[in-house]
Amino acid sequence: MAIAPEHLITAYRLRWKRRRLLARAFARRRDLTSRIDRTAVIRPGDILGFSTVRNEAIRLPWFLDHHRGLGVSHFLMVDNGSDDGTTEYLAGQKDVSLWVTRASYKASRFGMDWLTWLQMRHGHGHWCLTVDADELLIYPYWDSRDLRALTHWLDSQNRPMFGAMMLDLYPKGPVADHPYAAGDDPLASLHWFDPAGYGIRIQQPMGNLWIQGGPRARLFFGAEPRRAPTLNKVPLVKWHWRYAYVNSTHSLLPPALNRIYATDGSEAPSGLLLHTKFLHTVVDRARVEQTRREHFSNSAQYDRYYDALTENPDLWCRQSRRLTTWRALESLGLMSRGGWV
Amino acid sequence: MTGASVPATHQAANGTLGFVMLCHTALHRAAETARHWAERGCPVVIHVDKRVQKWSVEKLQSDLADLTNIRFSERFACEWGTWGIVAATQAAAEVMLADFPSVRHVYLSSGSCLPLRPVKELIAYLDERPRTDFIESVTTEEVGWTIGGLNMERFTLRFPFSWRTQRWLFDRYVKLQRRIGFKRTIPNGIVPHLGSQWWCLTRQTLSTILQGPDRALYDRYFRRVWIPDESYFQTLVRQVSANVESRSLTLSKFDFQGKPHIFYDDHLQLLRRSDCFVARKIWPHANKLYATFLSDDAEGQAGGEPNPGKIDRLFSKAVERRVKGRPGLYMQSRFPHEHWENGRTAAPYSVFQGFSDVFENFEGWLGKVTGTRVHGHLFAPDRVEFAGGEAVFNGALSDSAALRDYNTKSFLANLIWATRGERQCFQFGPGDNQELNWFMALDSNAQISVISGAWAVPLFKSNLNFTDIRREAARLQKIELDHLSVLRNGAAKARIRIWNLAEFIENPMEPLQTIVDEISPRSLRRLTEAPRLTDLTGFGQFLQNLRNQGMQPVLMGDFPTTNDPRPSDSRRGRPYLVK
Repeated sequence: MAIAPEHLITAYRLRWKRRRLLARAFARRRDLTSRIDRTAVIRPGDILGFSTVRNEAIRLPWFLDHHRGLGVSHFLMVDNGSDDGTTEYLAGQKDVSLWVTRASYKASRFGMDWLTWLQMRHGHGHWCLTVDADELLIYPYWDSRDLRALTHWLDSQNRPMFGAMMLDLYPKGPVADHPYAAGDDPLASLHWFDPAGYGIRIQQPMGNLWIQGGPRARLFFGAEPRRAPTLNKVPLVKWHWRYAYVNSTHSLLPPALNRIYATDGSEAPSGLLLHTKFLHTVVDRARVEQTRREHFSNSAQYDRYYDALTENPDLWCRQSRRLTTWRALESLGLMSRGGWV
Repeated sequence: MTGASVPATHQAANGTLGFVMLCHTALHRAAETARHWAERGCPVVIHVDKRVQKWSVEKLQSDLADLTNIRFSERFACEWGTWGIVAATQAAAEVMLADFPSVRHVYLSSGSCLPLRPVKELIAYLDERPRTDFIESVTTEEVGWTIGGLNMERFTLRFPFSWRTQRWLFDRYVKLQRRIGFKRTIPNGIVPHLGSQWWCLTRQTLSTILQGPDRALYDRYFRRVWIPDESYFQTLVRQVSANVESRSLTLSKFDFQGKPHIFYDDHLQLLRRSDCFVARKIWPHANKLYATFLSDDAEGQAGGEPNPGKIDRLFSKAVERRVKGRPGLYMQSRFPHEHWENGRTAAPYSVFQGFSDVFENFEGWLGKVTGTRVHGHLFAPDRVEFAGGEAVFNGALSDSAALRDYNTKSFLANLIWATRGERQCFQFGPGDNQELNWFMALDSNAQISVISGAWAVPLFKSNLNFTDIRREAARLQKIELDHLSVLRNGAAKARIRIWNLAEFIENPMEPLQTIVDEISPRSLRRLTEAPRLTDLTGFGQFLQNLRNQGMQPVLMGDFPTTNDPRPSDSRRGRPYLVK
């Protein structure tokens, strides 16, 4: 099959981009100080979790338990200057290896440089799940089949990656009115979501999806939809040390890993990242983030967004759907079993 | 080892059924299954792939050391599609026949097989059919599956390269042999048969194959056949057995790529329903399946003839979902290229252009007559006019025009997807966002009805300066002309109807009847009441004024300058049908 020269040029550019990202990550490894390194217990075939966190003490117990239950054997985490006990909590977990840094989150590509380095060193040959502390991965059959089953099947299908869109969950009523304590099930109050209204397109040159929508687009970005948060992610990848995430886990290189979608009308397998951002803590957190300015660019639109969050908004509407089973989510077309029976 | 181990003295005496197990992974599960069978009086001969590490084999052997009716056979490397699997089967079967004289039926299974029904039911089933060989064996013409596009050529070409690891060389070499017309001769003129690897053969049949005078000849030939484990016994059984039941007693399902489906804990009920004796492949971590089916409590079911067909529907549905997807769905798993959508949208919908300009309260009337959701102008410039003026519609779609215009295709596809089961109708016009004109024209779910030139009616009734009216009329006319050329394109797949304003108001009932019948075909009742036509007195003069100002209205049809389009009477514009 003939390949157009511009494709070759693009491919060449992306290759260099990937190399730059790897070099960056390598240079940034000095940001990280190992707090506790238990990576010696990692065995071939283990599924690894990667995450950068900051002040997530309240979410971590449930977050870790959820992904442990799915079969993540070891978590490699970077703590970016927490002061709420996150560091101590993580250091005390037997299946966590912890690195700490006070360097800038933004300057390290929102933590991706650090994780890229850890993935380069420890992720090679493993299925790696890269998620934020406010994300809970689910997928078809997740309640009866763990990630070992999923990744074994993906291996048999020669699919080295698995896409999972972020599904923003919210409570009914103002978000701060549902207090949450560490260890609670966040889905006890966060169990509403937008069943449709997710806009989707393909972004070149990497060929990744660009999905935007959900309650944040509906409520906060009606005037400037382009800036609405990106929801598509590729959190689960059979890692090779030469891979690199580009923009959070929304896209990665080499580009073939972004092809989580089928283009011939068929359905590829996919899951969802239940996004527990809208715990009651989001209100105070928005205030902090607005002054810290370590997220996104300093656009007026984001200021309005953070302003709206500090005002304790209610994201619920009459058309919101209640979270029930994965089968319901699948039949709504939010994820797909893609041939897995 | 888990599971109750029975002291060797309590083992049941060896019976008429023996199992050959080919194992290569999850040996602890294979051990459980082997123990289950052995303790119930079925001798087991285990073959472990030569590539498995020594210590795991030793572990397996020591785990099963207390059982006297378990043997381990000579080990071969069993790479997929190669002779090793057949060699392993032969060696293990020979051990079975030699060491366990009581065995009448030999069941070939794998380490990832699991018995679904008590083994005594299987024994009883076989006792009723003591001379029958259960082996799927069909000729190459009848076979419904092919891997790599090869059927008969499996038997006539040579395959020195691995299909899995040297695909490029494999394909080239096949092509080369085809080109030069190379053909191996099939020994003794046997007719090649194919079928599932998992069989259950009688001692007589098996020993005839293994001890036959031509075995060396056949082995030499099949050693170079591609995937011989699916053809060696399947072919030779036809030479020696008069009683072949061409089906496998082992339930196994394959996906659209020909890879075996794996059974997990949540398949428990499904597996029970199948009434099959043995299933593969079982997920090694499926604790519930192993605990359930390897216990003796699994009895008490009626258990008739094995019926794998009962669960076929689930698998064919899964294949369909994987291969065809859900029409009209755009999401992270499915983002088809244009023309590959298998349905651009999820359900039929209706687009009305000009109707709400010509009729008063057209939306209310249409909703009442058809019982559907009737929206205003969904693509209006200022906001999305959802039915009932809602700010957020089904699926939590926002009425923000900016959000809609940011991705119009997603907006429409989402709306139709989110309202499946309830037909959507909406108004459209040249004043609206025109981005989707092609998308809708090419969508076989769309029913598009246009009264061309009707956009002039609101202008005619407006209180604008005539210069502005003329300018706006020129703009709208150009947009509608472009739209109409799209709709008239030969490639359009929507159900498209176009009238000009003059011909439409001449006889509005017939078009309305046609459209309504199409929307709700079951009702098929005559419309007794049409919506009220708006008053068009003076419209002809209005068009003439446009002409006089230098703008040529071409889409409305012929309106006489002086006369009103319809004879004015007391019931103006409310044409009750005369039957």
